[in-house]
Amino acid sequence: MDPSRKRRIRLVVALTAAVLLSSALVYTSFSAGSDEKTAGQLLDSAVPGETYTLAGTVEPGSVRRADGVLWFRIMDPNRPGVSARVRYTGLVPDPFREGRGVMVKVQRSGAGSALFIAEKDSMVTKCPSKFQVAPEELERRQADPDGLPPDRRAAA
Amino acid sequence: MAGVGHALLVIALAVALYGIGASLHGARSGRRAWVDSGRRAVYALAGVLTLAFALLEAAFLRSDFSFQVVASHSSTTTPAFYKATAIWSSQEGSLLLWVWLLSLWSSLVLFLARRAVREIAPYATAVLLGFATFFLGLLVFMENPFATLAVAPAEGVGLNPLLRHPAMMFHPPALYSGYTLFSIPFAFAVGALVANRLNAEWIHATRRFALAAWLFLGVGIVLGARWSYTELGWGGYWAWDPVENASLMPWLTGTAFIHSIMIQEKRGMLKTWNASLILATGTLAILGTFLVRSGILDSIHAFGASTLGVPFLILIATMVVGSIGLVLWRRDALRSEHRLDSLLSREAAFILQNVLLVAMCFVIFWGTFFPLISEAVTGSKSSVGPPWFDRYTTPVAFAIVALTGIGPLIPWRRATVRNLRRNLAVPLAAAAVALVALALVPGVLDEPKAWAFAGIVAFVVAGVAQELWRGTRARRVMAQEPAPMALVSLIRRNRRRYGGYIVHAGFAVLLLGVAISSSFERSKDVSMQPGDRTSIAGYDVRYVRATTRTGSEKIVFGAVLEVRKDGRHVATLTTTRGFYPSQDPSLGIVGRFFNGEAESEVGLRAGLGRDIWVVVAPDLLPLQRIIEEGDRTFAAAMRSVARDGADVDGEALQQLFALRDQAIAGVARRWVTRPWPADFRLIVSPMATWIWIGAIITLAGGAIALWPAPAGGRRKVTAAYAARLARDLARSSREAADVA
Repeated sequence: MDPSRKRRIRLVVALTAAVLLSSALVYTSFSAGSDEKTAGQLLDSAVPGETYTLAGTVEPGSVRRADGVLWFRIMDPNRPGVSARVRYTGLVPDPFREGRGVMVKVQRSGAGSALFIAEKDSMVTKCPSKFQVAPEELERRQADPDGLPPDRRAAA
Repeated sequence: MAGVGHALLVIALAVALYGIGASLHGARSGRRAWVDSGRRAVYALAGVLTLAFALLEAAFLRSDFSFQVVASHSSTTTPAFYKATAIWSSQEGSLLLWVWLLSLWSSLVLFLARRAVREIAPYATAVLLGFATFFLGLLVFMENPFATLAVAPAEGVGLNPLLRHPAMMFHPPALYSGYTLFSIPFAFAVGALVANRLNAEWIHATRRFALAAWLFLGVGIVLGARWSYTELGWGGYWAWDPVENASLMPWLTGTAFIHSIMIQEKRGMLKTWNASLILATGTLAILGTFLVRSGILDSIHAFGASTLGVPFLILIATMVVGSIGLVLWRRDALRSEHRLDSLLSREAAFILQNVLLVAMCFVIFWGTFFPLISEAVTGSKSSVGPPWFDRYTTPVAFAIVALTGIGPLIPWRRATVRNLRRNLAVPLAAAAVALVALALVPGVLDEPKAWAFAGIVAFVVAGVAQELWRGTRARRVMAQEPAPMALVSLIRRNRRRYGGYIVHAGFAVLLLGVAISSSFERSKDVSMQPGDRTSIAGYDVRYVRATTRTGSEKIVFGAVLEVRKDGRHVATLTTTRGFYPSQDPSLGIVGRFFNGEAESEVGLRAGLGRDIWVVVAPDLLPLQRIIEEGDRTFAAAMRSVARDGADVDGEALQQLFALRDQAIAGVARRWVTRPWPADFRLIVSPMATWIWIGAIITLAGGAIALWPAPAGGRRKVTAAYAARLARDLARSSREAADVA
């Protein structure tokens, strides 16, 4: 066979394979991807049995633990005062705490229910390398040096 | 001092801009003096940035809280080791580290190549200084590391507890060294394209830097994986987190590059591919820095600083458009000198391996950026999880590892049936023996993928062993050396080749550890009180006793567990969770010590056969009532101390704080004196240690390949290079004659 023709055939085969594989990649990512939703969106429209990724900040004062189950509420970043209650089991990453951004895979516990059941071990918190100190924290330091723990005061 | 620091950054920016101008003018006008001056600007930049970095580091070490970055990332009680590393936990400090490392590596490459690649070097200098200008611009105008506070606080916030791990000293600088080192072959590739000097010269000048970048990035990735395995308390080493993926992508394309340049050096092929690959790798390295620093993929989190997104996007867009433009502009000069002779050749194996590595990088890129892609397409942010990544990366990793075994065993140009039989017989037999032997172990066939992968690994390791044995045997005959000596001198004289083979074996072992530990891992979440027992994967685990420690930095709640198998003692494991005090006054005078940032210390018994891993998650809720009572009592006492006089009695306050410390210690001791059930996660992970052993072998192989060859060997390399160069020159002059 003419070498240039052979090369062209090879190229067409390779490109076809690449296109097919990329289509599979695109298709599966859209079908397997779980939508990131806020608490308000889930409260409005979540269907029981469907899995969603609930993203938001853990409401201060909402965290409770009982019999190996962690209960907390996730606030809606866009709608003040709106939050979803979550029942979580499994491992809690170290960075988890009140007021911190988390993502967790959840299913609605029943039609119209405000409770969401989290998939075991599905909680994701941010990589510690990205935590920044809030500017208010530094201002507080300047305004209220007495608010420091005593050992730090002694050392200072 | 802060003023001096900022002035140094401004000077550095001016030096970088001057260097760009001098280099480009020198290249255009052909005046060497300007080119030399541009190069010296890089040395000067390294000097100025070393001073600036030392100045900031000194501020951290002496806890100078008038520096904003020190006050928000360190404290007097932060141990000295972590004070030294806190500099790169900040955005400003890590950008300074980036540009400082860039200036050091750039100085090194330009010094080593000062008498070579004369046409390319000035453009490469301008590109490297362009990167420096970008980062210095960010530091001078947006993220000043030398910003000061009007009133210095008495104490700083301290280093984020989660960053307190020995790897903090090496993990970030290793990653940043990897990223900055990849910008060197990137810059020389741009230089070669602009100067239209597209033979193997630029590759020869920067090959070692690409390898160093690959090595440093690999060290950084492995240290990060180890860190999350032992510290973050979730029992994993890889989670397909965007920041992890950001470091893996340039490592994959970089791996492809250090293989495919061999084909260009040996056969003058794949010029377009190599140029594109290193341009992509350099861009991915910047993208990695961008992902870590911009917070673009974590915008739901309140802690990310995303002010740097726009400048980074402009830089990345410039790199992408510029790279594509340059490759298209020089497409004629990038034509291959030869065609692929046969699909059964080492070149073909390299090309296939390159395609697979790039495909894997594409999969990871797609998955990482999927939240942004889906938002752009459907309007709703969607993300894919680890199972999606595993589905695609596992088969590709299978094929790549198989190729690491096949590649070294088939010859360049064309393999014959005879030499295939000669080279493949032993590795294939080893794989067959391994597969049969493993099939006899009960339970192994339940995980067919892991079983098959073990066969591939046996093939790779046997292939490498065969090559080393053959080389050693030949050397013994030639040099009359004893076998160990012959092996050492064989590797010493062919560092690149045998270092590479060792990398292959190590990488196969690493992935074997991943395959076996993830397939056969057993984990269990259990709630236990001291004295309780549980069992996992044939091990009996007893919660022996609770421990507590109240230190100046944190309150630690721990547990001691005894692990036995068939009645025999296997290990005593200690796991703890430390709580760092919060500075939030609303949490209460006592409560803030129990509600701050927490970090886990894992109890780990590592072994060649299996790791036993345990972490405790103490539930502090039973202490809540007594903590609240303490808060009320001490708040009242504080008010009375404050009311007693116009000036607060310092001594009374100190006594009150001493009493509070005793109360805190008393509260914490209840964990031991009146223990209540605690949650544990237990993991038994077979062969997990082989991940780290494989990583060490891989990185040692990389270091061997990187190390300069002995004088004799170098002469040989130089001779081969000279021969190639002569062929290139002859070709160019023929082409010139044809054109004429």
